[in-house]
Amino acid sequence: MQISEQQYKKMYEKASPNSNIFVDCLWAFCVGGAICALGQALGNLYMTMVQDIQVARTWVSITLVGLAALLTALGIYDNLAKHAGAGTIVPITGFANSIVSPAMEFKSEGLVLGVGAKMFTVAGPVLVYGTTASIIYGLILYIFHLY
Amino acid sequence: MERLGNYTLKLNPPAYVRGSGSFAGKKEGEGPLADYFDATHDDTTLGEESWEKAEAKLQTEAVKTAIQKAHLKNTDIQYIFAGDLLNQCISSTYGLRDLGIPFLGQYGACSTMAQGMGMASVFVSGGAAENTVAVTSSHFCSAERQFRFPLEYGGQRTPTAQWTATAAGAVVMSSRPSPISIQEVTFGRMTDLGVSDANNMGAAMAPAAVRTLTDYFTDTGHMPQDFDLILTGDLGYVGSTLLRKIMKEAGWDLDNNYNDCGMMIYDRKKQDVHAGGSGCGCSGSVVCGYIMKQMLKGALHDVLFAATGALMSPTALQQGESIVGISHLVHLHSDAPNELA
Repeated sequence: MQISEQQYKKMYEKASPNSNIFVDCLWAFCVGGAICALGQALGNLYMTMVQDIQVARTWVSITLVGLAALLTALGIYDNLAKHAGAGTIVPITGFANSIVSPAMEFKSEGLVLGVGAKMFTVAGPVLVYGTTASIIYGLILYIFHLY
Repeated sequence: MERLGNYTLKLNPPAYVRGSGSFAGKKEGEGPLADYFDATHDDTTLGEESWEKAEAKLQTEAVKTAIQKAHLKNTDIQYIFAGDLLNQCISSTYGLRDLGIPFLGQYGACSTMAQGMGMASVFVSGGAAENTVAVTSSHFCSAERQFRFPLEYGGQRTPTAQWTATAAGAVVMSSRPSPISIQEVTFGRMTDLGVSDANNMGAAMAPAAVRTLTDYFTDTGHMPQDFDLILTGDLGYVGSTLLRKIMKEAGWDLDNNYNDCGMMIYDRKKQDVHAGGSGCGCSGSVVCGYIMKQMLKGALHDVLFAATGALMSPTALQQGESIVGISHLVHLHSDAPNELA
C-alpha cells in the first residue's frame, strides 16, 4: 500500500462525519439550562421553608443528585444525555450519574471489588484534580492574605 | 493444500461447510437480517446474572445448533477454534467448557470469524481433522463495560463510533463434501497507519482489509468481478468508504459487488448505531446466518469474506500506541443450483 500515515490521516478525517455542533449546542443549552432553572426553582421553594440560603442551596444539591441517581437507576438519564451531552454532564446531575452508573454496572463483581472499587472509575479524576485545584487555590489565597 | 503467491493457501481438497448456527440479541432482531438468525433473544441477559455469562450462553447455543444441523455429535468434532472480544476470551472458555472438544482459543478482535474459519478449514483440508468448528461471539453490554463506559453513563457517541453486535456465529467445517466449501484462505498481515481514535475503528481497520484483499487478488490472479459478493466484516460506514476509495485508486473496483457486515446487520437510519455494527459476533452471525442461507439457496456462488479486526487495547492506547488492524480472508464457494433460475 502506497499511502503514508499523513496522507491516510487526511483521507479518514475527510471520510469521518463530524458531530452536528449546532444541534449539540442547542440541546446542551436547553437541557443544561432547564436543570439550572429547576435548581433555582427548588432553591426558591426551599427558601420559603428554611429562610437560610446556605441550607436551601445544600438541599438543592441533594435533591438534584438524588433525582439524577434515580433517573440513572431507571435507565432514563443516559437516554437524555445521549442528546444533551454537556448539558447533562456539566451540572451536578452529571456527577451523580458518573458515580451511580459504574456502581450499577460492576455489581456483578461483588460489593467490595466491584461496586466499591469501581464506583469512582469515571468520577475519580474529577475528584482528584478538583481537590488538588482547590488546595492550590487555597494556598494562593492564603499567601496573598499574608501581605 | 498448496501455497499461492506469498500469502494465500489453496485448499485442495477444499473444506466443506457442514452446518452453521447464528444467534443474536434484540436490536439485531429488529434489524434487516432478523429472519436469517436461528433465533434472537429479546432479553439480552439470556436469563443470566452477568453480561459475560449471557455472551457465553450465546456462543454455546451457536455451537450446539451448528453441530446439530451438521447431524453430528460433540465427539465427532476434533477441534474447536473459538474467540471473542473479552479479556482471556472468557465467552469462549465458559461457553464451551462442557463440550469436551479440544479447544484452541483465537483472538483476532472482530476478524475472529474469518481467522477461525480459516484455521478450521486448513486443519480439515490438511487431514488433521475430519470435522472442526469455528465460533465467535460479542455482546454489546460486555464489550461496553470492558472497552468503554458503564451502560447507564450519560456519554455521547461520535458519529464514527460503531455499535458492538450482540450475536454469535458458529460453523462446522468438514472433509465430507457438501454444497458450500472454502476454497482459499489468506491470513492477513498486521497493518497500522497511525489511527489512534478508539471511536473510529473503521478507519483503523480499512488499510488491513485493503492489504489482505490486494494480497489475495495478486496471489490468485482473481479479479473483484469474479465474485458475487466481496464482504468485509465490520468496517462500518467510514471504513468501507475508505476501503472502496483506496481499492479503486489501486485499480480494484468494488463498486458493484461489495458490502460490509457492519452495514448489513442494522438499519443505520432507523437504529441509531452511528457508523454501523461491529464485534466478532457481527460478521460471525451475518456469515453463519444470512450468507450461508443465500449460498445454500444458490443466490450467491462466490463470496470473499474478509473479516477485519482492530487489535485495540485500552491500555496500549492510553500509553500512546496506535490501533493495529488485521484482516483475514476466506473464499466461500457454493455449488447449490440457483432456486430462482
